[in-house]
Amino acid sequence: MSIMNSSNLLSITTFIYGFAAFFYIFAVVFKKPIAGRLGTWTALAGIAGNISGIVLRWVESYKIGIGHAPLSNLYESLVFFALVIVMIYLVIERSYANRTIGAFTTPLAFLAMAYASLSPNINDRIQPLVPALKSNWLIAHVIACFIGYAAFAIAFGLSIMFLFKRNDLKEESQFFKFFPDVKILNELSHQMIMFGFLFLSAGIITGAVWANSAWGRYWGWDPKETWSLITWFVYATLLHARFMGGWQGKRLAYLSIIGFAAVIFTYFGVNLLPGLHSYGQ
Amino acid sequence: MEKNEISGDPLNGVWKFFASVKLTVSLLLTLACTSIIGTVIPQNENPAVDFHKYGEFFYRIFSFLDIFDMYHSLWFQFLIFFLAVNIIVCSIDRLSSTWKIVFAKEISFDIAKLRKSYKEEFSGNRPPEELKSLFLSVVSGSFKYTKVEETETGFVIFAEKGRWTRLGVYAVHLSVVLLLVGGLMGSFFGFDGSVNIPEGESVKSIILRNTGREQPLDFEIRCDDFNVSFYESGVPKEYLSKLTILENGKPVYNKDIIVNDPLRFKGINIFQSSYGTLKPKEISLSFTNRETGMIYRQKASVGEEIKLPEAFGKFVIKEYSGAYDFRGHNLGEAFLGILTPFKGDPAEVILPMHFPSFDKMRKDELIISVEDAGRRYYTGLQVTRDPGVPVVYTGFIVMILGCFVSFFMSHKKLCVEVMKKGGKSRVMVAGIANKNKPGMEIRTQRIAKLLSEKAGILKG
Repeated sequence: MSIMNSSNLLSITTFIYGFAAFFYIFAVVFKKPIAGRLGTWTALAGIAGNISGIVLRWVESYKIGIGHAPLSNLYESLVFFALVIVMIYLVIERSYANRTIGAFTTPLAFLAMAYASLSPNINDRIQPLVPALKSNWLIAHVIACFIGYAAFAIAFGLSIMFLFKRNDLKEESQFFKFFPDVKILNELSHQMIMFGFLFLSAGIITGAVWANSAWGRYWGWDPKETWSLITWFVYATLLHARFMGGWQGKRLAYLSIIGFAAVIFTYFGVNLLPGLHSYGQ
Repeated sequence: MEKNEISGDPLNGVWKFFASVKLTVSLLLTLACTSIIGTVIPQNENPAVDFHKYGEFFYRIFSFLDIFDMYHSLWFQFLIFFLAVNIIVCSIDRLSSTWKIVFAKEISFDIAKLRKSYKEEFSGNRPPEELKSLFLSVVSGSFKYTKVEETETGFVIFAEKGRWTRLGVYAVHLSVVLLLVGGLMGSFFGFDGSVNIPEGESVKSIILRNTGREQPLDFEIRCDDFNVSFYESGVPKEYLSKLTILENGKPVYNKDIIVNDPLRFKGINIFQSSYGTLKPKEISLSFTNRETGMIYRQKASVGEEIKLPEAFGKFVIKEYSGAYDFRGHNLGEAFLGILTPFKGDPAEVILPMHFPSFDKMRKDELIISVEDAGRRYYTGLQVTRDPGVPVVYTGFIVMILGCFVSFFMSHKKLCVEVMKKGGKSRVMVAGIANKNKPGMEIRTQRIAKLLSEKAGILKG
C-alpha cells in the first residue's frame, strides 16, 4: 500500500462523492428510488474513504516528524467540511426517510472535495505548523467552524428545495412530488440554521480566545474575523425575523441563501481581499 | 406583543421604538452591510498611501466618514450602541411576562389550549380507576412535574418540564451586553503596546500601538535569551524568549514564552510577537598561517584594533554589512576589515559569514575568517492589559449555554385526559411546547404509544 497515500485516498473519495451526488440527482430527476438507495450506500462509502483519508494523513504527518491534527490549512479544512456535510445529511436522511435532500446536499460535499483536490491554488502537501498555529485551540476552532459551515450548507440546500417546491405549488407538477413537504423543509432548515449558529458562535469564540493567547487581543477587526461576524449578523437577523418578526417562507429562504454566500466569502473570498494576513491558506 | 395603547407619552414612544424587533432586524442588517466596507478598504494604513491610492476626492470623503478606521468611528460605535439599547429594552419588555410564567407559584394548565394542540386519542377496555397509577408512573418517568386532577368522569394528568428554558434567550442577550461591556472596559482601562528588548537587556516602558506614546510599567522586563528554530524547509518552527520580571531591580518571576503561551504578571500580558537581529558585539576571529598551518584565535568588536601574533601586524573590523555586494554577488552578512602588516600596504579584507574560506582568495600568507559573529537577537514583545477579558469570557460561556438552551430545549407540557365510557375509558394525550413543535409531536406520539402498551389497551 505504499502508493496509497492520504492525498490519493481523498482524491478517490472525491469521485465517490461525485457518484453519490449523481445517484441522488438521478433518483430525483428520473424518479428511480433504487438510484437513491445506491446514493446512500455510495455516500457511506465516501464517508469511509473520507475518514480513512483524514486518519491516514494524521499518521503520515507523524511519520515525517511534524505530527499534527489534519485541520491546519485550506485543503485539510475542505476535506473535513465535506465529511461533516455528508454525515449531517445522512442523519437527516435516516430520520426523515427522504432521499431527495441528498440531491441538494451531496453535490456541495463533492464540490468542496473537488476544489480541494483539483484547484492549483490549494496545496495538498502536509506542512509543518508555524508557531501561531501551535495551539490546542486550533482543533476546537476549526472543528466548531466547519460543523457550523456544514450545517449552513445543508440549510442552503434545503432553502433551494423550498423555493423550488414553493414556486411549483400551484402547478402541482410531478417533478417535486417526492420533495418533503414545504413545512418540513422550512422546519428542517430552521433546525440546521440554529445548529449552525450555535457552532458558528462557538467557532468565533474559540478563535477569539486563541487570538487572545497568541496575539494578546481577542478581537482585531481582521477581514476574516469581520466576515465571520457579518455571517453571524445575517443568521442572527434570520433567527430574529423568524422567531419574533413572523417572517416565513420565501423571505427566510432568501436570507438563508445570503447567509451561505457570506459563509463562502468568509471561507474563500477573504483571501482575495487586499492587505491582510491570511492564516487559513 | 404590541399593545394598542392610546398614549401621548413620548417616553412610551421611545420605549416602543427600542422594543421593536423590526429595529433589531434593521440594525443587524445595517451592521452586516457596513462591516463589509472595512474589509475592502484597508484599515489604519499610512494616510499618504491612502491618498495616493484613492485620489484626493475619495480620500477626503473616506476621511470625513472615518472609513480608514471605521470600526472605531463614532457612527459605527453608535450603531453598536443602538443595538445594545435595543437588546436591553427588548429583553426588559418581554422579561416580565416570561418571569411570571417561569416563577409562577401555582402552575396553571389551560386544558382547552392543550386540547387544541397536537393530540392522540385511543380507547381502552379498563375503567379509569385502574389506569391512574399506571399512567402516572409512565408520565412522571419523562416529566419532572406532574399533577393529577379528578374529574366527574375520570381524571386528568398534567405534566411539564423545562420551564426555566424560557430564560435561555435572555441569557444570549445578556451575553451580548457582557461582550460590549467587556470591550468598553478594555478600551477605557486597558492598553496595547509593544517593545523590542535585546538579549540580556531590560526595559521599563513600552510604546502604545494607537498613539505611539510611551507607557511606563510598574516593573522591568528583562530578556535573558532569545532563540528561533526552523524546520528543514526554512519555515520558522518556534520563537522562544526567556524573560525575567524585575521589581526594584530584583528578579521576582521568570518564564519562557513562545507564541500561544504568554507571560501574565499583575494583570499585564506579554506575548511573543516578533524578533530581529542586532549588530554583532563581539566577533570571534581565526587567523591561519598559510605556510605553517598555525591557527590563532582572537576576539574583537567593530572598530577595535587588535595586534596579531608573529609578525602579521594589526587588524581592525571597520564595519558590518547585512547583505554585502561583491562584484554583483550578494554574499549575505559580512564584515569588512583592514589588515595593516608591519611591512607593506594595508589591505582590505572581506569576511562573509557564510563563506569562511573566502579570504583564501586574497592569496596572502595570512588567512582570516569569522568563527562566531556573536550574533545578537532582540525579541519583539506585545504587551497588553485588558481588564475586560474576564467579562468578555463570561459573555462567551453565557452565549454558548444560552444558545444551546434557547435553540434545543423547550418548555414542554403534556396532558393525559381519561374519561369513563361505560365500563371502559377514552384516553386523550395532548402535548405542547413553546419551541420545536414537530419534536413535541413525536414525543407525544411516543408517550401515547407507551401508555396504550402499558395499560394493555388496544388502540382505536
